[in-house]
Amino acid sequence: MGETILEVKNLKINFKTYAGLVQAVRGVDFSLEKGKTLAIVGESGSGKSVTSNAIMKLIPQPPAIYAEGEILFEGKDLVKATEKEMTKIRGNDIAMIFQDPMTALNPTMRVGKQIMEVILKHKKAATKEEAKKRAIELLDEVGIPFPEQRFKQYPHEFSGGMRQRVVIAIALAAEPKILIADEPTTALDVTIQAQILELMKQIQRTSDTSIIFITHDLGVVANVADTVAVMYAGQIVEYGTANEIFYNPKHPYTWGLLGSMPDLDNDADELLRTIPGSPPDLIHPPVGDAFAARNEFALQIDYEQQPPMFQVSETHFAKTWLLHPDAPHVPVPEAVRKRIEGYLEKNDETSIELGKGGE
Amino acid sequence: MAEKILEVKDLKQHFGTIKAVDGISFDVYKGETLGLVGESGSGKSTTGRSIIRLYDITGGEIKFNGRNVQDKMSSKELRSFNKEMQMIFQDPYASLNPRMTAGEIISEGFEIHGMYKNKKERRERVGMLLEAVGLNREHANRYAHEFSGGQRQRIGIARALSLEPSFIIADEPISALDVSIQAQVVNLLKQLQKERDLTYLFIAHDLSMVKYISDRIAVMHRGKLVEIGTSEDIYNYPVHPYTKSLLSAIPLPDPLSEATRKRIPYKDEEPEGELSMHEVFEGHFVYATDEQIGRWYTGKKVKLQ
Repeated sequence: MGETILEVKNLKINFKTYAGLVQAVRGVDFSLEKGKTLAIVGESGSGKSVTSNAIMKLIPQPPAIYAEGEILFEGKDLVKATEKEMTKIRGNDIAMIFQDPMTALNPTMRVGKQIMEVILKHKKAATKEEAKKRAIELLDEVGIPFPEQRFKQYPHEFSGGMRQRVVIAIALAAEPKILIADEPTTALDVTIQAQILELMKQIQRTSDTSIIFITHDLGVVANVADTVAVMYAGQIVEYGTANEIFYNPKHPYTWGLLGSMPDLDNDADELLRTIPGSPPDLIHPPVGDAFAARNEFALQIDYEQQPPMFQVSETHFAKTWLLHPDAPHVPVPEAVRKRIEGYLEKNDETSIELGKGGE
Repeated sequence: MAEKILEVKDLKQHFGTIKAVDGISFDVYKGETLGLVGESGSGKSTTGRSIIRLYDITGGEIKFNGRNVQDKMSSKELRSFNKEMQMIFQDPYASLNPRMTAGEIISEGFEIHGMYKNKKERRERVGMLLEAVGLNREHANRYAHEFSGGQRQRIGIARALSLEPSFIIADEPISALDVSIQAQVVNLLKQLQKERDLTYLFIAHDLSMVKYISDRIAVMHRGKLVEIGTSEDIYNYPVHPYTKSLLSAIPLPDPLSEATRKRIPYKDEEPEGELSMHEVFEGHFVYATDEQIGRWYTGKKVKLQ
């Protein structure tokens, strides 16, 4: 186990709306290790973005209410931090990049100046000359060709992928310890996405940055994550290493997500597995397991009582009654199992151990 | 080979100096799904919009059921064309009128085409369409904002089906939806195709979904169609370096292989000589010069790793 840099404990966030109190995040626990990537995966409304914005305290209060829980950054509880303290932490210690690079950039300011601004703000001792030099270096580091010329250009003169690189350069300008990336590649083409993912991993290797990566794309998760948290209806329903989540998934929702992705080797005559229905209303969350209504394997107790987090291995947890010792044995659905076996076969023998772990 | 429903010949669509589509040719056969893939700016959506006459084309020819769609049509002919060819759009939030109920949206075309005798029949048809796309009859009286994204896309599909078309252009119909909902919509499109003998032009940038739904795939890059063939062939034995690069960039839900992923970078060549379509395997064409095809194609099917 590495050094923990961020720990979120039983975080609960509600939003006051005209329709009632929306329980967007309903008791989330996770920890981020230094130099590692935690991916939070989930669908719209699962609470993944609220969770990450909550860490940065970027959600306005009201309507948001931090109802319960702690966000411990290097031992300090950010929930209790004042706005002044947060201003210091934002950018300096924790930086964030968003899905749409255009909303994060000032369209009327040259990109170089936007990077310099961050450097000058966070490194009080730096002169303008030094900041400029560093800004050009950063543009170069994130793979923007002709950084000296690009320094003087405006955001509209960049393509989508290049803009996202500029945003990453700005985020890195203050050398943050944690980088939160909220769907940073969703708006980009696959080839550009691949470049950005490579860039983020390379930055992580050289500066030991810890990353929280929020996405709905399981392929991207498999590419970047050390640890994965699967969110559903404001809760983490499965948590484990990437290998555990992809090769030994335990929660029926994770099965559903994996099954609804087409495989490049999929038989075209087969229909995709789907998760029927849609997520629950979080103003009146269901009494028992929030996923029960969409779960073909739901037990009677799922409608009555929330399952606890069952431990599968030292690092792997899942919130489903199916893991209770008295529950009937429900195997991974055939289509999902076949696919996992296919992947493991393709990779070498040593990996198969991981897939069978915790049975 | 099956009957051609659509023939596109040397289609050009220029906007000022921008050559969005620059001389592409392909056919769509009755009952198949042709996937049209490419990155943003490749011209794939422009192609779809040109086919359905949203744009006047710069050059070339588009024939639908043997008839040139750009010809001047009488209002009767135009009505029949509009009935036969329909479109499903990407954004289910922008493509439905917020002031109309689902029932009104779906039945709007009925009036124009005089497809019902009385209110009862109209209600019945709307009900059947809603059920066909997995919604309830009662949903007819609700407004668009009362539906989720996936449900809205179902309404968009019901609207496209309402005039009983034979050919549907689906322009990124699932890109805005969540993963589990995408699968529902794709399954629905497949099932409807079977039941109603539909032909699809499926435009998308999500290559794994395209592979799954398409019989054949056409790859576009910078206004050109660079490769076309069966889905199997394009995915397993791509020849054009751009197709290879595109395929090598798709991340798979498989961490072990992702850890060793090797992306194949692509650089545009400035080829000397004339570019044309070369048939490398049966029904599998690659856009290249003679010199390029000699370099890219060894005469054997080479599996992409």
